[in-house]
Amino acid sequence: MAARLVSIIAALTVAGLVIGPVTAVILRAEAFSGFRPADWQALRFTLLQATLSAAISVLFAIPVARALARRQFVGRAVLVALLGAPFILPVIVAVLGLLAVFGQSGLLNRALEPLGLPELQIYGLQGVLLAHVFFNLPLATRLILQGWLAIPAEQFRLAATLGMGRNAMWRFIEYPMLRRIVPGAFAVIFVICLSSFAVALTLGGGPRATTLELAIYQSMRFDFDLARAAMLGLLQLGLALSAGMIALRVTSVPVAAKGLDRHVPRWDRTDKRAICTDALSIGLAALFLLTPLAMVTLNGLSGITTLGASVWQAAGHSILVALGSTALCLLWALPLATRWGEWLGLAGIALSPLVLGIGLFMIVRPFANPFELALYVTATVNAFVSLPFVLRILRPEAETIRTDFARLREAMGLSGWAWLRWVLLPRLKRPLGFAAGLTAALSMGDLGVIALFANPDRATLPLKVYQLMGAYRMDQAAGAALLLLIVSLALFWMFDRGGRVGS
Amino acid sequence: MALELDQIEARAGAFVLSADLTVAAKQRVAIIGASGSGKSTLLDVIAGFRQPTSGAVRWLGQDITKLSPNQRSVSILFQDTNLFPHLTIRQNLALALNPATGRLRAGDDDRIEASLTRVGLSGFADRHLSAMSGGQQSRAALARVLLQDRSILLLDEPFAALGPALKTEMLDLVAEVAAAEALTVLLVTHDPQDARRFASHTIVVEAGQAMSPKDTEDLLNDPPEGLRAYLGEG
Repeated sequence: MAARLVSIIAALTVAGLVIGPVTAVILRAEAFSGFRPADWQALRFTLLQATLSAAISVLFAIPVARALARRQFVGRAVLVALLGAPFILPVIVAVLGLLAVFGQSGLLNRALEPLGLPELQIYGLQGVLLAHVFFNLPLATRLILQGWLAIPAEQFRLAATLGMGRNAMWRFIEYPMLRRIVPGAFAVIFVICLSSFAVALTLGGGPRATTLELAIYQSMRFDFDLARAAMLGLLQLGLALSAGMIALRVTSVPVAAKGLDRHVPRWDRTDKRAICTDALSIGLAALFLLTPLAMVTLNGLSGITTLGASVWQAAGHSILVALGSTALCLLWALPLATRWGEWLGLAGIALSPLVLGIGLFMIVRPFANPFELALYVTATVNAFVSLPFVLRILRPEAETIRTDFARLREAMGLSGWAWLRWVLLPRLKRPLGFAAGLTAALSMGDLGVIALFANPDRATLPLKVYQLMGAYRMDQAAGAALLLLIVSLALFWMFDRGGRVGS
Repeated sequence: MALELDQIEARAGAFVLSADLTVAAKQRVAIIGASGSGKSTLLDVIAGFRQPTSGAVRWLGQDITKLSPNQRSVSILFQDTNLFPHLTIRQNLALALNPATGRLRAGDDDRIEASLTRVGLSGFADRHLSAMSGGQQSRAALARVLLQDRSILLLDEPFAALGPALKTEMLDLVAEVAAAEALTVLLVTHDPQDARRFASHTIVVEAGQAMSPKDTEDLLNDPPEGLRAYLGEG
């Protein structure tokens, strides 16, 4: 009885967090007089960059996934594990890394200069695409790799006995799998890129490279035009919801992949052309993903020792926000780790942080100064945004525990508290640790809603990095970015490790 | 005074179980029948895991039909999962004593040690299930049941995974404990030898119909037609 009450309270607060801000946005949007050409341009750019980002990520992921599926080499397991890392990598850290490689005075331009070739420009559509591919190529690779590994080994064995050539194998075995998996992978990445804010904020901008999310931010921060922000928010919400619905229909692949460390024995592995293509695919992908991170680390090492007090203060804020949103997210997730709870949690994907942010801003404003509540709002929004991922991690295990021990619990007459304390929490320890690590790292690296609300006194570390970049203090920015990377990974490691110890 | 199943009808999907029978208090009764005949459904109705659609369950004259499993004078050993595998035996038994908090109170440790000694597991309190053999795990589960201190014990083939010698040993232990504690015991089994060894009376369940308990020897020496087919004698 008490457990049901807790579930209902958790569900109501989550539902309230959806309905309240959305209603506030809808009410406010009524005062809007009409779209400007710039707004249409933002909508067009949002759709264009999301389409291209998804297409490029998936296209490049196919050879990488195939190479990983049919090769075994030292470091393969590490590489596959690293493909999951961008999920918890702070966007601003990746952006700094990409700037160090592809930026105006980055590695690539320095290499091109002596050859007399024209300088690469990173800002604009190409920069947004570069960053989105950096984040989503690994995701697409994981999804497609899963498809490849799901092809029964017997099919390749049969192909070998029939003497099927490369083309026949592609046509009859690999292409049918890709036709099933690729639309889902494309849709997932398209939806993710639709709500792109931090990437557009740092690498886009200007009238020609502004996403809807960025337009919302600009109308709030620069024009303080709440009606316009609300209308754009509504447009963004409609877009994300319809794209999300389509993605759910075409996605047949589970996002939490398991068993990616095995490989499929194939008989075309010794083909010289295949060896070259695979080596090239894996080598280039690794280079593309690892060089920016190596550059952040290298550049940051000198800066991290000279960081100012404001950076450390921002780091403190970020850690508090991360811990707060982790606690809140787990408090929601434990009672909602059910089928209907997971449906409710999906709102966290459909509703972008910026839309949620302006909604909360409007609700809070009559009662308090929203800028003073920046950190609380950020923690709440981050918890909400992580909820769907956390529920995906917790629900399968939580349901197994409930099913396996239902009769024993009833036979012993365990109270809700005893059940939680002695059965549910100890048995959920490992997925709880992983989920907490994920939430903490995601929240630590978030540069979304905080950009809407923050004043200099309440900056978080990602915002501080962004401000330092804006002030062209790149050494300090690199140092702060390295600190952000270290703290994010440390938080993830600590929670994840804590969940594994003794379980 | 007895356990009465008064014109019980219980549904599990399309399956219907009917039972109208009485088990005398302190008796040890076996329940035999083919797979899917309704043996486990019968136990579920007595334990309170399944509400009958009609009829009443009474214990010592009191109607317990509407009571939840932990409000009844019933403890049960399932086929598996009789203890929480991530807890020590002491923690498991503490939960049986104090299901609200699972905390040990003064004197609880002595009671736990006494019940473990009773089932031959003295000194095992701080072990995890994973560090114990199948037979020891069964004994620990029996210790849990003893601490729950209920008058009726239901056994839903809890020793099926044990070898023949261990199973016999466990049945003898349950019989001994049941006699000492004056328990009424119902044992679901597939094996007529278990019934002979353990139970003075036996209930045959056949195609959703639970018959009244009969003397085990009489029943097995001259089985009715349906039971004969099940025992492979027909």
